[in-house]
Amino acid sequence: MTFDRNTLRALLVGDRHADRVVPPTGFTAQLTLFVSGAMAFLAVFALALSLASGRLADRWGDELARTATIRIVAPEDQRAIQTAAAIEVLSTTPGIASARALTDEEQQALLAPWFGQDLPLDTLPVPRLIEIEAAEQGFDATGLRLRLAAEVPGAVLDDHGRWRAPLVSAAQRLRLLGWTVALLILGAVAAMVTLAANAALAANAQVIAVLRLVGATDSYIANAFVRRFTLRALVGSAVGVVIGVIAVWLMPSGGDTPGFLTGFGFAGAGWLAPLFLPPVCGAVALFATAYAASRALRTLT
Amino acid sequence: MIELENVAYSYGGGELLSDISVKLAPGSFHFLTGPSGAGKTTLLKLCYGALLPTAGHVRLFERDVRALERDDVAMIRRKVGVVHQDVQFLDHLSVSDNVALPLTVSGRHADAANGDLTELMAWVGLTNRADAMPPELSGGERQRAALARAVIMSPDVVLADEPTGNVDWEMSQRLLTLLVELNKMGKTVLIATHDLSLIRAAKAQVQARVLRISNRRVQLAGADL
Repeated sequence: MTFDRNTLRALLVGDRHADRVVPPTGFTAQLTLFVSGAMAFLAVFALALSLASGRLADRWGDELARTATIRIVAPEDQRAIQTAAAIEVLSTTPGIASARALTDEEQQALLAPWFGQDLPLDTLPVPRLIEIEAAEQGFDATGLRLRLAAEVPGAVLDDHGRWRAPLVSAAQRLRLLGWTVALLILGAVAAMVTLAANAALAANAQVIAVLRLVGATDSYIANAFVRRFTLRALVGSAVGVVIGVIAVWLMPSGGDTPGFLTGFGFAGAGWLAPLFLPPVCGAVALFATAYAASRALRTLT
Repeated sequence: MIELENVAYSYGGGELLSDISVKLAPGSFHFLTGPSGAGKTTLLKLCYGALLPTAGHVRLFERDVRALERDDVAMIRRKVGVVHQDVQFLDHLSVSDNVALPLTVSGRHADAANGDLTELMAWVGLTNRADAMPPELSGGERQRAALARAVIMSPDVVLADEPTGNVDWEMSQRLLTLLVELNKMGKTVLIATHDLSLIRAAKAQVQARVLRISNRRVQLAGADL
């Protein structure tokens, strides 16, 4: 089957007479509608997963890349001195936007999940933490480490790189997985439509033989099937997308609580992404049916 | 118009037709006869591109059938009306829609509405069956509907394979009369049949050549028919 302007026009505009020559096929029609709808529904979730993972990867990447921590591990009588020295070093380090030592209350809050609220911080050798926020251009972590080693022997710089990288990598993998799932779903739609179209073509072998006998071209016969399956896939996937988007929209939001599951869904322009699914499903159905019809018709004289 | 030159056709390892040379001139009337299984239907199918010869040349409207694209074959079938013994219709369409099918597939729906179809249905005597569905038709009505479908595009050639095989004598005479009328309109007619009485009846109305398939070859039949 070749796609020229007339073929495309016949597909888009349709032909009342041509549409009638192929008898209605109840089972394959329902099958195509149902599977397209179900696949589009799943594709909406795959898209939501992918986009949410992408947002998470970006956020983790941005947030963690711009923060660092210094631990001052020193005897109690040295801790305040070394903390002040470290702050002094940081204040003269290019690329550091701000640096401040956490208060006792803030450190206690950090440890509370493990040791409880009543932790006697002053009796324990807990290192002092300095929170660093990097400027836009970032700072030279290696250089800072060397300066701290020379001027503040108890300071240990943690630029979060050690555990930031796998987190960002995991989120990026998850985003890739989401797109892979979406592609697999489209592949499944293509396979299903090809099977359904093959079944319809086989069931209508006599109709096709009559049409060939009276002078119908392959394009004419194929279009009658292609248009039918494309429209079914379009309608089915549109319904699936609407239900999928509603389901994603109804998912409980975590408010300000950060987390993957509570951030699952679409945001901003991401809500427009599912709108592309019905046309893509329709196009997949079009090419799958055209392929099946072309193969089936080639075997007929 | 349709020319077979030294054509052979093999099927399942055996040669069914051998060294066949036949030329259907414009406006001619031919019968093709022979025993069942002799290859009449095969020869007919070779004449409209439904089969390709295994040797020799088939030329349809001056073009070698092997050189035709699939769409070319479709176009040629609009110029060759075919009637089979076991007529096939689209059972979900009415009789008139089935008769108009060649117009529909060639994008000439308007011609069906402008009176051509009505005249044709009257010509084959199916005016009152126009809205019936194919399974409701009798054998004779099916054959006449098939004939109407075969000629609605005003083809140059009409090929009929045992058109009277499933109908009684009276109906076969009626069908023969229609085919003779078509020939008198200038159409080339080729009828494959083993019904010798039909051939004798036709020869009384029209100058017909009778080709007989025997031992895989076609011979011009003598005056014994």
